[in-house]
Amino acid sequence: MLKALFWIALAAALIALPHALSFSQQEILVFLTINVLLVASYRLLTLTGEWSLAHVVIMGVGAYASAFYTKEFGVFVPVSMLLGAVTAALVAMVLSYPLFRMKGFYFLIGSFAAGEIIRLLWKRFRDPFGGPKGLKGIEPMPDFSIGIYDFDFFEPVSYYYFAATVVAVCLWLMWRIERSPVGLTFHAVHWQDKLAQAAGVNVQAYRTLAFVIASGFAGLAGALMAHYIGTINPNSFDVEVMVFVLTWAIVGGTATFYGPILGCVVLTILNEIVLREMGFEQMRPLIYGAILILSILFLPNGLESLVERALKPFRRTPASGTPAGDAPPASPASDTP
Amino acid sequence: MTDFLHVDGLTMRFGGLTAVDSLSFTVDHGAIHGLIGPNGAGKTTTFNAISGFYKPTAGKILLRGEEISGLKMHDVARRGVVRTFQHSTLFAELSVLENALVGTHMAFRPNIFAAIAGWDREDRHGARARAREALEFFGLDALMHERAGDLAHGHQRALGMAVAFAAHPDVILLDEPFTGMNPEETRAMMELMRKLRDSGVTILIVEHDMHAIMGLCDKITCMSFGKLLAEGGPEDIRNHPDVIEAYLGGARHVA
Repeated sequence: MLKALFWIALAAALIALPHALSFSQQEILVFLTINVLLVASYRLLTLTGEWSLAHVVIMGVGAYASAFYTKEFGVFVPVSMLLGAVTAALVAMVLSYPLFRMKGFYFLIGSFAAGEIIRLLWKRFRDPFGGPKGLKGIEPMPDFSIGIYDFDFFEPVSYYYFAATVVAVCLWLMWRIERSPVGLTFHAVHWQDKLAQAAGVNVQAYRTLAFVIASGFAGLAGALMAHYIGTINPNSFDVEVMVFVLTWAIVGGTATFYGPILGCVVLTILNEIVLREMGFEQMRPLIYGAILILSILFLPNGLESLVERALKPFRRTPASGTPAGDAPPASPASDTP
Repeated sequence: MTDFLHVDGLTMRFGGLTAVDSLSFTVDHGAIHGLIGPNGAGKTTTFNAISGFYKPTAGKILLRGEEISGLKMHDVARRGVVRTFQHSTLFAELSVLENALVGTHMAFRPNIFAAIAGWDREDRHGARARAREALEFFGLDALMHERAGDLAHGHQRALGMAVAFAAHPDVILLDEPFTGMNPEETRAMMELMRKLRDSGVTILIVEHDMHAIMGLCDKITCMSFGKLLAEGGPEDIRNHPDVIEAYLGGARHVA
């Protein structure tokens, strides 16, 4: 009952939110929504214990692919977005063969190299990818109406509603995966891959599975972004963006499902609204870095640990479920606007 | 049934070092079989070769006449040979129940699409029931919701066996299960192993604790410097001159 009320209140707040914001803040809100999907999919990837530096490039694969399909073959935009996600997943699958011969730090470096290769291919080949200037004039999402609301995609508010719905569905899917036996196996692979193997788990297959699914969702995030801003170039997916994703995940904490999302939301608000208002234009990256260092020093378990501590008295069941707490309610009925 | 698990001419070489040298022995169905030997005799290497952790340099390992050597560890496990590890190798961050649930992976193979759609309800129930059963077997059901890393040492070792048991193994390979246990815990663990054998599981143990091995095993294989030294029942091994020499040093050294 309380849970249902919580989700209804959250949905109502998310629907009302853009109307309380300025135009530029509404645009930031759209990017924030897309970034929530990006960082949540990143957490899915880290469940098996491997941290990739190619995730943002994979997102770019989804963006490029979706833009390419609409441009070259005239594919209907929503379908093209899904195809972009599938393309990103397939690219991840191909990459997984060389990459999952490595573990830990080597995987990190290997994934960075793989990502840079893809990015340099975009820069080098002007024909399909547009070279360093990237793709321009990407077809926007066509307007449509669902009776009670007319989606006009020149308005960020409309795109926000659209993106938020897509992201909510994706988050629900990821949540289902994590709470399933598949998710448990991901955790098992993370904590003791040898023991998991002894229990008959094909560790390589599960690492690949997590990588491919996470990449699919990242690709969808990329496609959502490409059709919103209408232009993409190789530098929109460089390592700087990856550092932002890592910062969100680390500051938020990765032990719970909502941790990275919390990190993304809090840091974006801090960065785009608070610091901008206070006039720290040039110094924002510096402050961002300082926040990362401070949170590692003083909040090593991330923002989520604060929430967990605050919620502790209200928990009924003893610590069970996913490792390090099972924070969000068991049935996220609907958080779609 | 004889020739249940048969190690045939197993050789493991690491560079110039021959850790196991054409070792052959047979584990009978439904027996507790001990593998002993002084430090560096190659017991754990043999173990790792059987469980698929290493690929043998030469020789074969046969389960019911079917070759399992050279398979990957999870494939060996799927044939029914499940191992435990030295020390307390567990999913320390997961709960006791979740540890056992990972053990049920083979019987209830997770499917991602069924999991999203919610069609795997029966499988999840089945897996839970099996995990509970395994925990009850080892007397861990009261600790189900504890974090595995927080358990006492004896309970952690029992949980390691419960994870293996949940996988419905035909053969369990136990790697030094008595390490770091006090006599009380050792006795309880021996009791559990007899119970395990009586439930129809064949057990192969690598162990240093002579007292436990002698009291527990139906058959013992003794190795020294990678070679088979002696084989037989506990009494034969205890009085075997080669075994005594290998452990205590020969009379000629004493003089």
